[in-house]
Amino acid sequence: MRKIISIILLAIIFIGIILTLCKIPFGIHKTKVGQYYIDKGREKTGAVNIVTSVVVNYRGFDTLGEVTILFLAAIGLGAVLSNFKEKGKRKIEPASLILQTGCRFLFPLILLFGAYIFIHGHLTPGGGFQGGAIIASAFLLVYLGCRGRIFNEVGCKTTESLSGLVFIVMGLIGLTVGGHYFLSNFMLKGQINTLFSAGIIPIIYIAIGLKVGSELAGVIDNLMEKS
Amino acid sequence: MIIVVSLLVIFMLIAAISAVFFKDLLNAVIAACMVSLIASILFYFLQAPDVAMAEASIGAALVAAIFIIAIRRTKRHEE
Repeated sequence: MRKIISIILLAIIFIGIILTLCKIPFGIHKTKVGQYYIDKGREKTGAVNIVTSVVVNYRGFDTLGEVTILFLAAIGLGAVLSNFKEKGKRKIEPASLILQTGCRFLFPLILLFGAYIFIHGHLTPGGGFQGGAIIASAFLLVYLGCRGRIFNEVGCKTTESLSGLVFIVMGLIGLTVGGHYFLSNFMLKGQINTLFSAGIIPIIYIAIGLKVGSELAGVIDNLMEKS
Repeated sequence: MIIVVSLLVIFMLIAAISAVFFKDLLNAVIAACMVSLIASILFYFLQAPDVAMAEASIGAALVAAIFIIAIRRTKRHEE
């Protein structure tokens, strides 16, 4: 009985997808907004990377929503895991000297790479989310390689809250000073294709990168310590 | 170029199907990681380096770590 129901459900979903796919006119520009971003985005926002200008400037409010979803997921995981007791002190075999030294050597380099990616978000591919994920993977490496290190939980939470505040405060300043919408670009655009350009975009991306990195590192810390 | 892309897609399909059918969950996680890794290479070929970066760092590194931690807590073999 259950199998028949699932087959019928699958068939309905399949037919729905096929019907929708038949109605999409592929290869025809139906909307003008994409072409507008490609043509004008560079001089209006000052960011060379068009993806960044869309993500942070034109669709900045959506990005705030994404960051909030990630924040809620991290908080939910912490709330679920807070019920588990820490299972005493498990015996952890220390890793070999080569592995520990390698981890210690690689950790700052990976952090630097993540920071590079989110600071240069408006010039090169990448941005806050990617850089934050790379920073979190550096913390994962330390957790797997040399377990002796203690994670600074208070510092992590402070960084996360402060960067979230920076995002919202910049958006509100843009609402009051610059234009009539949230996250409008009120700072000077500067010379295009240099590091100090594109107004508020680098500041917002640095805030997003720090927030995502500290959140994901907190998730990894919760999982490794409490399970 | 088209040969490389089609080979990658075939590998991705094999990895995805084997991730479903493996009984050892650790192998299944590694196969799922391979799907993400090949997807990130394909994104790069399709000229979307932003998405490729996100896919490689989240799909192949962090998701695998979280799944492996969960497997350590529960059972490793599927019945």
